Amino acid sequence: MNLAFTEEQEMLKNMARNFLSDKFPKTVVKEIEESEPGYSPESWKEMAELGWMGVPLPEKYGGGDMSFLDLAVLLEEMGRACLPGPYFSTEVLGGLTILDIGSEEQKQEYLPKLASGEAIFTLALTEPSARYDAAGIQTKATADKDAYILNGTKLFVPDAHIADYILVVARSDEKSKGEGGITIFIVDTKSPGISCTVLKTIANDKLCEVIFDRVKVPKENIVGQLNQGWSAVQRIIQRAAVAKCCEMVGCIQQALDMTVSYAKERKQYDRPIGSFQVIQHYCADMATDVDGTRLSTYQAAWMLSEGLPCTKEVAIAKAWAGEACQRVMALAHQIHGAIGVTIDHDLQYYTRRAKAAEVSFGDASFYREIVAQEMGL
Amino acid sequence: MDFTLTKEQEKFRQGVRDFLEGEIRQGLWEPSCDAWIMGHDPEFTKRVAQRGWIGLTWPKEYGGQGRSFVDRLILTEEMLRYGAPAACHWFADRQIGGAIVHYGTDEQKRELLPKILNGEAYVGLGMSEPDAGSDLASLKTRAVEDGDYYVIDGQKTWTSGGSHMNWIYLLARTDPDAPKHRGISEFFFETSLPGITVTPIVDITGGVHFNEVFFESVRIPKKCLIGEKNRGFYQVLNQLDYERSGMERLMGNYPLFEALIQYTKETRRNGKPLCEDPVIRPKLAQLKIEFEIGRLHMYRIAVVMDDGRAPNWESAMSKAYGTTFEQRLASTAIEILGLYGQLSPQSKRVPIRGMAYHSYLSSKGYSLQAGTSEILKNILASRKLELPSQ
Repeated sequence: MNLAFTEEQEMLKNMARNFLSDKFPKTVVKEIEESEPGYSPESWKEMAELGWMGVPLPEKYGGGDMSFLDLAVLLEEMGRACLPGPYFSTEVLGGLTILDIGSEEQKQEYLPKLASGEAIFTLALTEPSARYDAAGIQTKATADKDAYILNGTKLFVPDAHIADYILVVARSDEKSKGEGGITIFIVDTKSPGISCTVLKTIANDKLCEVIFDRVKVPKENIVGQLNQGWSAVQRIIQRAAVAKCCEMVGCIQQALDMTVSYAKERKQYDRPIGSFQVIQHYCADMATDVDGTRLSTYQAAWMLSEGLPCTKEVAIAKAWAGEACQRVMALAHQIHGAIGVTIDHDLQYYTRRAKAAEVSFGDASFYREIVAQEMGL
Repeated sequence: MDFTLTKEQEKFRQGVRDFLEGEIRQGLWEPSCDAWIMGHDPEFTKRVAQRGWIGLTWPKEYGGQGRSFVDRLILTEEMLRYGAPAACHWFADRQIGGAIVHYGTDEQKRELLPKILNGEAYVGLGMSEPDAGSDLASLKTRAVEDGDYYVIDGQKTWTSGGSHMNWIYLLARTDPDAPKHRGISEFFFETSLPGITVTPIVDITGGVHFNEVFFESVRIPKKCLIGEKNRGFYQVLNQLDYERSGMERLMGNYPLFEALIQYTKETRRNGKPLCEDPVIRPKLAQLKIEFEIGRLHMYRIAVVMDDGRAPNWESAMSKAYGTTFEQRLASTAIEILGLYGQLSPQSKRVPIRGMAYHSYLSSKGYSLQAGTSEILKNILASRKLELPSQ
């Protein structure tokens, strides 16, 4: 058993932390959040040049031949920096899905574009029912000669407004209501019939409503197997949940660091508030929650990285992280006092993201049920 | 990063399980909660000693096995999983042997360690006093030099293992004029000496595991001093890191957890098993989640120790976390059992051998012994987060 990063991972972490704090001070984050695209094309290019786009992809597709665990290190730093933009969508939802189930031709076609930063990808999974189960997939894919016609509404699709390609999860066999009859398609967003509206969200990220109105997709754009896409979707959700946990680790670690540092500086009754036992205990509770989140997240990330079955570990990590983040942020605010609830203070970026992350890719209730099943209940 | 155990470690775990299951099959003992602190069974301790499972991490030159702390965690995890009666050797194995290895003279190591390794020394922990609880350094028990002896006078309380001990680890004041942290020393001696009186304290469960111990002109040879005179408080801080660090802070009432899960699978209410009840099911899952998070905390500590560091803030964090989990487990168990949860172990119709009743009451002390949760959070705040004291 060894819980330390490798030397290379430490270097990656430090490099990412320096780059992100340099390029994304909160004034820049704010500007980007308020801008229409919600990302900085310039920084996107720079990140591609650093090799971040293809971190977990094989070298032959232009990737860095690194592991999911290496990606986890990077995602933690992105969570710490509140990086706005489509990295998560492109890398975790797009790239890793194509790598997992795409054909060799598809990998050769899409992954080099992704790794070079040339194309943005995302995944259209959830619908107005806002569920992560197979029954929630109502968008229809109807066979039409050499193509499929997509009809339906996808909701909470991240970064669809700027994506070049959307992986769409659709019901391709109407007779099947459950986990059968589901297929994943890769759709060029220039295809006629796609309309996209950006939703206003708590995290100021760009979640979209995407309407597919008779969108024609060639048969060769099926990713994975026809009517058997659900198991791949489950793996996507699993990877995304762990990746989200990594961001959450960075988010609450930074919130803790900011809070401890504030508690050392802020004086009341002629002494730093961090010298009061009640504040110290709040900080200790925060640190315990942060470490629990970190340990369970990296356990899940490591297991995914090693290709080990980890349904239980992923469920534990995300169920825990979702609720731990809320406790940490509540105490961070309590210690920061009124300054922390101002729009100009950095803390609010973390508060907003932590809440959004809690409900993304399965909340604690969703994963408690999975844990219950794993316990044989 | 690697979260797995080696094949040898998995094999070791299986060996411990086979041994414990064999013991249960033979009816030698019954799994129970708090067995690590209340289950005094000298014969069991002997059998554990024969396998070389006491002093697993101590150096080979002193009769230990020189194995890793992760190995020891595996061993203790299984002992706790099966609720094995390991109280006779637990303290000595966990912290006193280590303290002797660390601070003892060669002579002490040669003389004292074999007694622990052979499962013959049942050690009580003489730390707290009526006026020295969290503020341990304010203890008043005196050790006064008199020729080749120290003479001990005073009183200890909450002395864990006191009713079954034949050896005691004692913290006593050796310099009353020095600042309170700098006048304390550590001693280790047999309790058969004249002048020692042990009075049991009945705890909230009706059981006895801690005691009052009175010392009246007890003469102990000078060679009973462990480490440096007047440095005992600093030495014990290191020992406390180990005392707090173990899996017993998470799994002390693990047999209850297993029995509860089994009970909810087998008991039907409104035509279906309790575990399918939409209120009970997520509660059980949440307990499992909290347990697994705690387990990661515990393994982290073993890794820290194997890296050669004392588990300082890490053990403060894990003990405060683990004991909170245990209290929640016991409380949730009574909620799930409903009216049956209030039945005592001796009662007719009591489910799961009354473990919920016992653990609920017993667990109130978990967050007090070996450092209250408040003291542990102080440690976390000062040593990990470096928050100021004033």
